[in-house]
Amino acid sequence: MSAAVNLSRRSFLSATGGLVLGFVLPEKTRLVAQAVGVPPPNLFAPPPGGKPNAYIHIGVDESVTFLIPKGEMGQGPTTACSQLLAEELECDWTKVRMEIAPVDPASYGHQTTVGSQAIRTTWEPLRRAGAQAREMLIQAAAQKWSVNRTQCRAENGFVINQATNARLSYGSLAEAAARLPVPANVALKDPKDFRVIGKPVKRLDTPDKVTGRARFGIDARPEGLLYAVVERCPVFGGKVASFDAAKTRSVPGVRDVIALARGVAVVAENTWAAMQGRKALSVQWDEGAAASISSAGLRQMFADRAKEKGAVARKEGDAAAGLAKAARKIEAVYEVPFLSHTPMEPMNCTVHARPDGAEVWASTQSPTTSRKVVADALGLPPEKVAFHTMYCGGGFGRRGEGELDWVQEAAEIAKHFTVPVKVTYTREDDTQHDYYRPASYVEFAGGLDADGWPVALKASIACPSFGFLRDGVDFTAVVGLSDVSYQIPDLLVDYRVAETIVPVSYWRAPGVNQNTFFAESFLDELAAAGGKDPLEVRRRLLAKTPRMLNVLNLAAEKAGWGKPPAGRFQGVAVGNGAGAFVAQIAEISINRGRLRVHRVVCAFDCGQVINPGILRQQIEGGIVYGLSAALKGEITLERGRVQQGNFDSYDVLRIHEMPQIDVYIVPSRENPSGAGEATNPQIIPAVTNAIFAATGKRIRKLPIRTANLA
Amino acid sequence: MASIKFTLNGKSQTVEAAADMPLLWVLRDQLGLTGTKFGCGMALCGACTVHINGNAARSCATLISSVAGKSVTTIEGLSADGNHPVQQAWMEADVPQCGYCQSGQIMAAASLLAKKPRPTDADIDEVMRGNICRCGTYQSIRQAIHRAAGIKAQGGKA
Repeated sequence: MSAAVNLSRRSFLSATGGLVLGFVLPEKTRLVAQAVGVPPPNLFAPPPGGKPNAYIHIGVDESVTFLIPKGEMGQGPTTACSQLLAEELECDWTKVRMEIAPVDPASYGHQTTVGSQAIRTTWEPLRRAGAQAREMLIQAAAQKWSVNRTQCRAENGFVINQATNARLSYGSLAEAAARLPVPANVALKDPKDFRVIGKPVKRLDTPDKVTGRARFGIDARPEGLLYAVVERCPVFGGKVASFDAAKTRSVPGVRDVIALARGVAVVAENTWAAMQGRKALSVQWDEGAAASISSAGLRQMFADRAKEKGAVARKEGDAAAGLAKAARKIEAVYEVPFLSHTPMEPMNCTVHARPDGAEVWASTQSPTTSRKVVADALGLPPEKVAFHTMYCGGGFGRRGEGELDWVQEAAEIAKHFTVPVKVTYTREDDTQHDYYRPASYVEFAGGLDADGWPVALKASIACPSFGFLRDGVDFTAVVGLSDVSYQIPDLLVDYRVAETIVPVSYWRAPGVNQNTFFAESFLDELAAAGGKDPLEVRRRLLAKTPRMLNVLNLAAEKAGWGKPPAGRFQGVAVGNGAGAFVAQIAEISINRGRLRVHRVVCAFDCGQVINPGILRQQIEGGIVYGLSAALKGEITLERGRVQQGNFDSYDVLRIHEMPQIDVYIVPSRENPSGAGEATNPQIIPAVTNAIFAATGKRIRKLPIRTANLA
Repeated sequence: MASIKFTLNGKSQTVEAAADMPLLWVLRDQLGLTGTKFGCGMALCGACTVHINGNAARSCATLISSVAGKSVTTIEGLSADGNHPVQQAWMEADVPQCGYCQSGQIMAAASLLAKKPRPTDADIDEVMRGNICRCGTYQSIRQAIHRAAGIKAQGGKA
């Protein structure tokens, strides 16, 4: 984590352009002074510490506004990061307001909200910023009273003179405090003294989200707005050969038709007119090489690749020798399909391109890169692009780094107009033009000793690369298997690229989401083959991972492992997700082939909890997201085209399918891990292992086809 | 183009629109009521749910011509100050995550409670299965509907 930055008063003021503790910065000054440029895109770098002004605005009217350098897509950083600031600032929580911070690399570094890193990257810097601002307020009060600083303390929005009990409010001190130097060294609280961190304070975004006031990207309505939809080539990598827009141009409300690299944009006075104009288009495509691909062909390619020599991702002992000497050897093949992210808010972006600059409204996880994407498309320096980071109607990775085609496309269209243009994907566009969770395929071999305990394991993974190979291994494609906590003396995980033209990228718990299914299912197979209780095998192999063992035991105790209600069956799975230790036990029944997940017990250890209410939401939400993938999710291709479109062909979990979820959070003072991508992986094998317990049928391919369970 | 007159959130409203334009786009693009969301365009996800003459309806699949003379309520008009029992319960239970589907969830739940003041879990499933939440707030939604029923029974505004 970054050390405090010892800024002189002059640099403090010049970095921010004003007396920010006293006055809210006007919008225009927030976008200046970025000559330092964008730092290298170390996505997980913490924002530069030591500048409380970038995060905290205290008004002379006693208002406290926190500028949160993270995007809000439901995972709660606008509230949780506010708690970090408020804890050390000692302000009145009931007066706290928050805004999503402007794009400002000089103040916030590279702003992105990916990898369940929002808390991990701000845990120390934001508490430090809060403590620095508090110290400046105390110092200002001490000067007013002409007393020693040590005579004063801060409490609930006031500085108190402990000798006289005199009080000065933060608002009355803000201007004077803003003129003081930022203290280099501040002590952070002992966690036992926390009053805001760890408390179930209400989310700050809830009131706007229950009244329709919350503004998502799709809700942007700048003056003069036009609305666009795009007909894109249905085949990945295809281009427009020719098109006839005569009928489109005669549709009432259609203003223009724009040819793009990968499609044709219809721009109209409203979204509906644009959609009608699009239906009237006649486009001939140059479909390219991908027009011949199908899911069946891709699967064969994956299977062939898995037979090839792989690059080593994890090696303990000698798996080949271990398997050769094992008393019993078990083999199995597992596979998962491509998946779409399917956030509720379809992709959309609004861009106003002007000769001297631009303005953007986008629900993006990655505002810094999004701004650069627009700037590059329009030939502008990034600082000439005013950027509004809107609430995201779900993200799950689709709105993150490297998947900003929807931002680039909006800029390409907007540069043809002097007024702002909003490009909206239909649900079908969103499903068929995603960057997908890659399909993946793994061949397992496992060995048991004479007593039936697992002693050797080999996993040969064939999966598309996410784009970053080191020594032949794509970390994201193997994580979840390459980092299994189980102590197996002879272990080999290797990898080979199974490249396809299908665009792939990060999807909630990248890599971990499929590899946990693979690892936890095959371990269950080994347990069954050895005649062991799946819980007992895990306990034995996790003996040296105490935090994992602890959540496993907690889940087993709370779920009543081994004693399910009549007609119900249990499955267990563990895993490390987003740095958290997670154990889940699913309780299911199967009646005439109909699978029902009744209850899920999740034991969870993510270290220090910031907000238990939001944490529960993330744990439950992850389980629901994983269940959708387990029970329903599958993107298939024929003739290079995605076969799914709307929710009728790509359905997700609905309330009548919702299990009861019981969450047990381990109290901890360890540094916090992530949570948003922690629980969608384990639910899948917990359910499939329960299906095995119920039927003796092992689910080795997702999604679960209930017809096979009758 | 047609001129369509209806009641919107208690006030008389006239719009000029293509007769086959869905109510959703009239609300969002023409009238600026963006609380009602686009999710699917085919009445499959419930994000666009509004009330028409007091009944929950999917505005993405409701032609504007069909609401002539009717009364439409959107999330913006459900209550004067966000204190409908369902909104109160949603706030007390901190239901929303990303929040995108929640206008539709709230409108669907309010319609359910108007018809069944004490809904069972089965009643909730039957009505609310039409509303997708990708963040997975279903358990909170169920609890909040029961809570809203309680608030309403104790005289909360409806």
